[in-house]
Amino acid sequence: MRYLVTLKVSAQPEEPPPADLMEAIFKLGQQATEAGALLDNSGLAPSAEGARVEVSGGRLTVTDGPFAEAKELISYALYEVKTKEEAVEWASRFVKLHRDLWPGWEGEADVLRLFGPEDFAPPA
Amino acid sequence: MLYPGRMTVADSHRAVEAVWRIESARVIAGLARMVHDIGLAEELAQDALVAALEEWPRKGVPNNPGAWLMLTAKHRAIDQFRRRDTYERKLQEVGRDMELRQERAEAELDDALDDHIGDDLLRLIFTVCHPVLPTEGRLALALRLLGGLTTEEIARAFLVPEPTVGQRIFRAKRTLTDKKVMIDLPPPGELPDRLASVLEIIYLIFNEGYAATAGDDWIRPSLCQEAMRLGRVLAGLMPAEPEAHGLLALMEIQASRIPARTAPDGAPILLLDQDRSRWDRLLVRRGLAALGRAEALGTLGPYSLQAAIAACHARALTPEATDWERMAALYRLLAHVTPSPIVELNRAVAVGMAHGPARGLEIADSLQGERALRGYAHLPAVRGDLLAKLGRAEEAAAEFGRAAELTRNERERALFRARATALLPAHDRHPDDPAASG
Repeated sequence: MRYLVTLKVSAQPEEPPPADLMEAIFKLGQQATEAGALLDNSGLAPSAEGARVEVSGGRLTVTDGPFAEAKELISYALYEVKTKEEAVEWASRFVKLHRDLWPGWEGEADVLRLFGPEDFAPPA
Repeated sequence: MLYPGRMTVADSHRAVEAVWRIESARVIAGLARMVHDIGLAEELAQDALVAALEEWPRKGVPNNPGAWLMLTAKHRAIDQFRRRDTYERKLQEVGRDMELRQERAEAELDDALDDHIGDDLLRLIFTVCHPVLPTEGRLALALRLLGGLTTEEIARAFLVPEPTVGQRIFRAKRTLTDKKVMIDLPPPGELPDRLASVLEIIYLIFNEGYAATAGDDWIRPSLCQEAMRLGRVLAGLMPAEPEAHGLLALMEIQASRIPARTAPDGAPILLLDQDRSRWDRLLVRRGLAALGRAEALGTLGPYSLQAAIAACHARALTPEATDWERMAALYRLLAHVTPSPIVELNRAVAVGMAHGPARGLEIADSLQGERALRGYAHLPAVRGDLLAKLGRAEEAAAEFGRAAELTRNERERALFRARATALLPAHDRHPDDPAASG
């Protein structure tokens, strides 16, 4: 089963992320890749560099970032694992690095299952 | 602690199992190096798992669960070293002074918590895939120790009774002990053969999932995923081995077709008839990247060549866009590296597409006497297809009928029957009809 883990930050210190954190994130990513679980991942540039395409009241609007959200989406990771708990475990490790190595950081990771061939399988 | 207190016992058991799945192979691998015995290492790791199942639901999952499991197993190992007579036996085996040995054992145990993990895992992989073991023993041991599957899960995956799998695992472990197989990396001279054995086992696991050889069940995808996971682990541990990347590329590209290769009623859809928009683009991309790594490392081996062939399909947005000439050339290379009538049969298909069905049929016809293809459903199926393209419908229908009789896969049988039936209206076509003479 595939899970998409999105990481959102709600509060972070003024100073840039410590080198320790960046190294630990890199190591964990490597570990998850070598464990065969992590298929794809990337950090995301600030929404100031992005845009939003929206449909509302029958009208389509395109707005340049930044988005005025309390929580900014900062990265995603795509895992292939056997159970939800396994994806939760990888997400927990990732979030824990932020807690331990960047005091003052707050945020959340959503763990969402992707539909796969099994969801479209013929009835048994 | 990571998980909040409001988790139920069942929840936390599943959380422990998730950690187990992530960590077990590495824990067993680290322990195996210390105790020089795979069976004992697995027992110790299992003990640690039992301890985790007791303790974590009450106290929460520790911050570093892998290290916790290793440490717990380590304590048990030391207890065992001190108590068990195997300890003394092992001492005599290495002909070392007891005190020294014990100190060393403890130092090794400490060591295992550091960064030998990758090497340990590689040692374990090479040991459970040791050619001294029969294929079924290697398969069962690999799924059990590297995949963390239970005996019951392995039995279900391979459609055999659970006690049979238990026996295979038991015998495989005993054989490793009896034959005094060292839990170690193969010496350079043996590396090619030993690596071939590892790749073979991973690909067998994949194929068992990709196409069931008997019965109704066309796909058992969880085995495919397990094999791909092992392939990714191996490619990560042996980044300089082109065939490790080649096998991974082959599996990822083949697996990319899983969403497209079965009709809603469960019937198989042949590659050229598949809706390519349903191919898993992420797996295609990963597969092509892995193939690129294999190609960058030098001469292509059999898995990389098969991956390169699969890539000819993966790169083509439509069947018409397939580079059949390249594929035919790759099959010629593959036949040179691993001569086999089945490779020749596939070459017949590619040549038929690249240079016309008559040329393909020549190759297929030359294979008719091959002992290895006797009873192989795809020989008549390929001939049937080429004959049909040449307009020789009657002969083609007969070949598909033969293919249907030979296959052990029910879905495939239905497919061959359907092709035979579709060709039958041509039955009363006049023999002088140009369409029939090709």
